[in-house]
Amino acid sequence: MIQESIRNQITFSQIAAAEGLKAGLQITPEALIDQVRESGIRGRGGAGFPTGLKWAFTAAEKSDKKYVICNADEGEPGTFKDRVIFENWADLVFDGMALAGYAIGADEGIVYLRAEYTFLREKLEKCLAERRKKVLLGENCLGMKGFNFDIHIHMGSGAYVCGEETALIEALEGKRGEARNRPPFPAASGYLGKPTLVNNVETFAWIATIMVKGSDWFRGLGTEKSSGLKLFSISGDVESPGVYEFPMGISVNQLLTEVGGRGAKAVQIGGASGTCVPSAEFDRAIAYEDVATGGSIIVFGQQRDLLDVAENFLEFFEDESCGQCTPCRIGNSKLLEGVRLLKKGECSAKYLNELCKLAETMQIASKCGLGQSSPNAFLSIVKHFRKEIFNREPVAV
Amino acid sequence: MLISQHEQTLDQLQGLVEKHGDQRNALIPILQDFRDQSGQITDYAMQAVANLLKIEPSEVYGVVSFYSFLSERPQGNFVIRLCRTISCDMAGKQAVARQLENDLGITFGETTKDGRFSLEWANCMGVCDQGPAMLVNETLYTKVSPEKVGEILDSFKSRA
Repeated sequence: MIQESIRNQITFSQIAAAEGLKAGLQITPEALIDQVRESGIRGRGGAGFPTGLKWAFTAAEKSDKKYVICNADEGEPGTFKDRVIFENWADLVFDGMALAGYAIGADEGIVYLRAEYTFLREKLEKCLAERRKKVLLGENCLGMKGFNFDIHIHMGSGAYVCGEETALIEALEGKRGEARNRPPFPAASGYLGKPTLVNNVETFAWIATIMVKGSDWFRGLGTEKSSGLKLFSISGDVESPGVYEFPMGISVNQLLTEVGGRGAKAVQIGGASGTCVPSAEFDRAIAYEDVATGGSIIVFGQQRDLLDVAENFLEFFEDESCGQCTPCRIGNSKLLEGVRLLKKGECSAKYLNELCKLAETMQIASKCGLGQSSPNAFLSIVKHFRKEIFNREPVAV
Repeated sequence: MLISQHEQTLDQLQGLVEKHGDQRNALIPILQDFRDQSGQITDYAMQAVANLLKIEPSEVYGVVSFYSFLSERPQGNFVIRLCRTISCDMAGKQAVARQLENDLGITFGETTKDGRFSLEWANCMGVCDQGPAMLVNETLYTKVSPEKVGEILDSFKSRA
């Protein structure tokens, strides 16, 4: 039922299963972490935390038990590259997880797979079983005495907020997916109170790739602050939607040319929690230092009403807010009401300014990334498309 | 009659506790399996699983009501989830939604009287390049059009 999503050459195709794992196990855990650090790779889920640093923090903790968790709760609207990675290169993800286990001293890996991807589970279980047969998992993995890393899959139950790593850990522990206060960070106290490393699906696949192609190769691509290549999930008003690999730092214009999206009115970068970039700013770079993204790119053609977009995103956040902190729980409802007033042409300039202030408060005062980033789309649409959204003719409903 | 249903639920849950363990982190896998076997996570089931794991029933209810793939409401044999997020919306999910409602005679959030189909909205399902996307239980349908809705529903009508 599902069609092929891959649209250009993806580096993962050049890497054989276990190739990166074998290379990484040749060097010491310390040297492995150095390689990750030198590559400059940052978390491919979207937050962009330096991966090498995360690994070093978790490795430095002393504990009888540590965990490696693969965050496969790909819920950000507009992103689907992790699904495509699992469909095509699951071995690279498991290689990356085993490398992490070796580097930080963990023997248990958990894939937290979102409920919507249950159809992937059988294939992934088969892949894990194959790996056990080939001793790429399990006792004395790859013949290395005392390295007993294994992986199991834990199904999610449908909650966007569980993409946030501490909410994900709560869910694994059998609780509501409500983000924790930090510190302590998962590196010190994560799953069941043990040091825990959580990385995105794509991050693990890149680590396996970096072990084969070298950290210098990765560092040499992209920009100084955003090194390497990245998978992008492209949807919306374009000729060829799907998954593309581009270097970090690509401009919005370049990207639109590649995917057949010239003439767009605006592009949503980073999903519902990202920013809406108007055509006047299409020369901006897609990178952590400019417009950041976990890979979600949604293109809006000239015919699209951006208030419909804002309404859709806020309905999403109102539904997905876990409700534990007030700015996020009430704020998203208030913003949604405001967008509906705007649509009806019933919003005063004063009230719109109040809503913008509320949105800024949410960015500062919300407990986790969900509430901190949920007003981004609203604010960028109000900023760049004020003329379009303001003082509409009242519509009969 | 009622008692035997309760006994059956308890048996089922005891089996699941044996499979997944009696620690707190077994709660969600137990609930997921129970949902797959029974469709609905009843008040009694929540109470019983709380007793087995030695936690408060309110904790179990808190979990069941939090996740959109766990439900304390009765669910049909086939749960239809239509993606409502922006890319599927732009690809025409509204027309598909209308057709589903017309063909099933229910609105979103409801279950057909014969208990076969439930209709629900879902947030982004991760097939944004092939929308509108729809899940029927674990089966994924992409590029769903109003014309295809009837065909898809018919393919389930013949199944148990």
